[in-house]
Amino acid sequence: MKERLVQLEVLRYNPDTDTEARFQRYEVTCAEEWVVLDALNKVKADIDPTLNYRWSCHMAVCGSCGMMINGEPKLSCHTFLRDYEGVIRVEPLVHFPVERDLVTAPDDFMEKLKRVKPYIIPKEKKPISEGEYKQTPAQLMKFRQYSMCINCMLCYAACPEYGLTPHFIGPAALTLAHRYNQDSRDGGRKERQEVVATHEGVWECTFVGACSESARRTSTPRAPCSR
Amino acid sequence: MSRNPLIREVPPTSWYFRHPLYLRYMSREITSIFIGAYCVLLVVGLQRLAAGPAAWEGFVTALQSPASIVFQFLCLVAAFYHAATWFNATQKAMPLQIGEDFVPGNVISGAHYAAWAVLSVVVLFFTGVF
Amino acid sequence: MAKSHKPVVWFPFAAGGTVIAFCIPVIVLLTFLAALGNVPAGLSYEKMHAFAGNGLGKLIIFGVVALSLWSSAHRLRCTCYDFGIRADTLVATVLYIAAIVLSIAAAMFLLRI
Ligand code: SF4
Ligand code: FES
Repeated sequence: MKERLVQLEVLRYNPDTDTEARFQRYEVTCAEEWVVLDALNKVKADIDPTLNYRWSCHMAVCGSCGMMINGEPKLSCHTFLRDYEGVIRVEPLVHFPVERDLVTAPDDFMEKLKRVKPYIIPKEKKPISEGEYKQTPAQLMKFRQYSMCINCMLCYAACPEYGLTPHFIGPAALTLAHRYNQDSRDGGRKERQEVVATHEGVWECTFVGACSESARRTSTPRAPCSR
Repeated sequence: MSRNPLIREVPPTSWYFRHPLYLRYMSREITSIFIGAYCVLLVVGLQRLAAGPAAWEGFVTALQSPASIVFQFLCLVAAFYHAATWFNATQKAMPLQIGEDFVPGNVISGAHYAAWAVLSVVVLFFTGVF
Repeated sequence: MAKSHKPVVWFPFAAGGTVIAFCIPVIVLLTFLAALGNVPAGLSYEKMHAFAGNGLGKLIIFGVVALSLWSSAHRLRCTCYDFGIRADTLVATVLYIAAIVLSIAAAMFLLRI
């Protein structure tokens, strides 16, 4: 197995004792094909058990391992060490408060997602006896690409508008609203519009386009912004 | 457990140095200054046109001053840059679904570019450049 | 949460952005040629006057100028904000009023032709 000596510079912050964050340097031997998350796991296991970060699936589906890697918002389980040279700088996602080390507080993000009523609001309720709400493949394709969000918050870290104007509802919430608006079974567009089309909503988007660049291949924020 | 989260401020006047993408965005933003100034020039041109042949000739001659040439050139660059970024954004802004599939983004942008080229050539033709 | 007045601002902005993208480059090209000394035949007084003299011409010119002005005002406002000028209400008021005044001026000049 080919090995690789990796130097990490990790942002540390301990809410109980620190008033400021600082960088800490770690040196770990990793396998050539590892991702940044593997390196962090090795640091935690062998060098410094106090290091905090979130992860779960290790396969880019849970959305919990987002961090800034050399200044770019990335899923650390999806970011290969071999793509980097020299010291790799790892920081918690920007634009979010740092809870501890690489762990950020998602409260604002969650609150914003909830605000757009991300569930189907049927046009009219029908009794179960009338059967299911049907949908054709074409109707499914209409919103499918917007339904892939894994709530990783990378797009919020990428969006300068969110950083400058924290009340901006942000890419993922707009995408989510759009996903339901585009659903043929849904009739809640008007209700959602009350949230989306406000000051905090879609009008704050200035089409920087950074959110789409940051998003993993699945979801495309920005697309719905213009409508 | 008590929470004591660390808030990191975004510097409001220098944030765009953080990332090349932001710089690219800001350079697109700056084009708006030139386009805006050019629009004002258009209104001035209209006023001159309304004021009669002599005033219009004077306006066209004034366009030929060195400062004006530089300004026109910058506007030209800004206008083309803005047009390109605008057309590239259209594919995101208005996705088009036919049946189950979406029309590929570059087809949408390409159609805009084509229409743009045709329109420009037509205008140039009618103004006697060709 | 009040419903935003921003759609009123935004839709002319989007229309203006499209107009700017489609029309302004050629127009600048024309004036640039004129600036370089080979004034296109279409920019002569007679031609311009004839174009701006008929109703359709007036409408086209006004549409292009007014929408471009509005769109530019909106973009300048965003640009100011992005450069850290936080007096957004003031900036917005000044720019939008300027756009409206200039549009009205353009309409008046056109009607005089
Ligand atoms: S829209 Fe994309 S980048 Fe944003 S939270 Fe969802 S998956 Fe992450
Ligand atoms: S650990 Fe689940 S997305 Fe990275």
